[in-house]
Amino acid sequence: MSTSETRFQVDHRPRPAGLAIRTENLSRVFQVRRSRKWPRGRRVVALDGVNLEVAEGELFGLLGPNGAGKTTLIKILSTLLLPTSGRAFVSGIDVARDPFGVKQRINIVSGGESGGYGILSVRESLWMFSQLYGVSNRIALDRIDRMLKLVGLEDDAGTLISKLSTGMRQKMNFVRGFLSDPDVLFLDEPTLGLDVTTARTLRKFVREWMAERPGRTVLLTTHYMAEADELCDRVAIIDRGRILACDTPASLKRQIARQAVLRLEVSSSDGAGLSQADLARLKDQPGVREVAARWRPEAGRTVLTAILEADGAIPGLVGGLSGLGLVVHSLAKEEPTLEDVFVKLVGRTLAEDTPTNNGDHDSRNGTLPGDGPEVGVGGAGDGEAAAGGGAADESAAR
Amino acid sequence: MKAPPGSPARAWWDWKYVRWLLELNLRAVRARAYVRVVATGREIMWLLWEVLLPFMATAAYVFIYRALNAPPAYLGFVILGGAMTAFWMNVLWAMASQFYWERYSGQLELFFASPASLMAILLGMSAGGMFMTSVRAIGVLVLGSMVFRVEYAVAHPWLLAYTFLVTLWALYGLGMLLASVFLLYGREAWHTSNLLQEPVYLVSGFYFPVRALGFWVAAGATVIPLTLGLDAMRQLAFGGSPWAIAPDAVGLFPPGYEATALTGMAVLFIGAAYKALGRMMWAAKVAGTLALKH
Ligand SMILES: Nc1ncnc2c1ncn2[C@@H]1O[C@H](COP(=O)(O)OP(=O)(O)O)[C@@H](O)[C@H]1O
Ligand SMILES: [Mg+2]
Repeated sequence: MSTSETRFQVDHRPRPAGLAIRTENLSRVFQVRRSRKWPRGRRVVALDGVNLEVAEGELFGLLGPNGAGKTTLIKILSTLLLPTSGRAFVSGIDVARDPFGVKQRINIVSGGESGGYGILSVRESLWMFSQLYGVSNRIALDRIDRMLKLVGLEDDAGTLISKLSTGMRQKMNFVRGFLSDPDVLFLDEPTLGLDVTTARTLRKFVREWMAERPGRTVLLTTHYMAEADELCDRVAIIDRGRILACDTPASLKRQIARQAVLRLEVSSSDGAGLSQADLARLKDQPGVREVAARWRPEAGRTVLTAILEADGAIPGLVGGLSGLGLVVHSLAKEEPTLEDVFVKLVGRTLAEDTPTNNGDHDSRNGTLPGDGPEVGVGGAGDGEAAAGGGAADESAAR
Repeated sequence: MKAPPGSPARAWWDWKYVRWLLELNLRAVRARAYVRVVATGREIMWLLWEVLLPFMATAAYVFIYRALNAPPAYLGFVILGGAMTAFWMNVLWAMASQFYWERYSGQLELFFASPASLMAILLGMSAGGMFMTSVRAIGVLVLGSMVFRVEYAVAHPWLLAYTFLVTLWALYGLGMLLASVFLLYGREAWHTSNLLQEPVYLVSGFYFPVRALGFWVAAGATVIPLTLGLDAMRQLAFGGSPWAIAPDAVGLFPPGYEATALTGMAVLFIGAAYKALGRMMWAAKVAGTLALKH
């Protein structure tokens, strides 16, 4: 599509060539209101001095657990939120100074979205959103039909939104983001809670869309390491509002290639998971860099990921486990994944929420006593599937 | 939208830019109005209900007035008032608390992230709401007038039509203003809507000429555009002339003045809504309250 069709360009100021997104020391602090748990309110540092550069045409991933600050970053870049300090540019335009200029060039989709008016059909709803971007009817309807086909929703174009399943709804929201043919597209956990097949369809769609016109840029956030690995040209690992590493997936994994990544399944005789103290003792074994645990309730076992300096540390680790009264059911040495990179950098798995960083302390590593999620309750983040409710369709709002 | 200093100057004298901006926002108005228009068509049962309910409320007053031997024109007053209640309900439930709902569902963020102005969204909501409510109001009016055999005497149809339209815009302008203001109060918006419904029925004189409340109470109630609008429309529907209070209609002011005042109100409310919206959105961007979930 030619550029003049959907947006008007008056802004010909020079801009850093080839950068779709740039942030300079970007920080955001939330002042959370008083609550029973926090009687005096509290400050949450959601972003802490983020410096990021994403080139035009890049498919860039932000990988981090729940609460890491991914959504906050996307909201600032899409002009929905102001930074507390620092600056951010999209297509060379300052998001705080010229939000309107930015809005003409972007679109945004988040996986947890539940919007949409229940009484509209899929096609009508998508048409409505395309109009907010000034896309002409003919082009809009054309794109809608083409994209619905690509995500396998063509038979439901006439279905009312209130009748859609969560997955279908999410596909529809996904399509919405592409209708305005944005230069920069923000996808905030687009496959959250979706089944494997659907998630794969959407990933394929993104890649094809990017290939269609060079210069299209996507910033995608996820806490699924496979998604970041498969899809993204470059990945930034984010935790507690800080970028801890940023490189191609291959290079990130190469960082820990010399070390051994072990996957162990263990259980204890009393059926409980591992305590924080148990983990600390394992980490104290010589040659053990990091140990993170994920509780699998259905099996009654804990999956441990251990990063060792070298293979030689394996016997020591196994000895440490039996010292804790744990039975080792399986042990495998694995190719490092992005999750292992995360474990090495942070000491937690991606499934565990980021412990709240309220600015009063600065312990970069590990969980705060009594504050963070307990070890052994892994997978909490995955349960947060899209809520689907759609409370504000016209009938409910009347 | 209030932008911080340093925003690039936009070329307001550039006709191409202005035309593009207009087209974008008119598309947004139409799209948002479409949702409401479609809703009317898809929920026929609702429609029936929303004609019947006000009609029955109206009928109750008609019987009271008949029992009291009120002048026949009073029946017409009541039916006109009954028809207009639909608009007030629509303004409260589908305008004033709408942005609150849209924020709740995450839709407000989507609107805000688009280049279209939120004002266009509000205007679209208004236009759609007016259309769908007019269908109901006309239903009540026709049904009531037929059942109770009301005879109208309209001497100035154009002024009546103008008064009707400008009353709606003043009313929906108020709704737009409330929509922005209610964003601040979150859940309390709903309660406020609840709270406002009945008293306004009373002081706006839906079921009796507002003059009956006494001049000063009535004059105070003119803050709500419905009061003046109904007063003017009642006079004009039963033989009133623009620049004198119709003797039988128990009018408050001459309808011509009232129509003029309503025009001012429409401009004022819509302007205030624009200002308030800018403020609210700016505050929401600072505080991070555009969405409820995070
Ligand atoms: N509007 C808000 N008000 C208060 N705190 C917020 C708000 N948005 C996010 N936060 C907090 O900021 C941190 C980062 O959140 P978020 O950016 O949503 O993380 P992610 O998207 O990576 O899960 C979390 O601790 C979250 O609770
Ligand atoms: Mg998020």
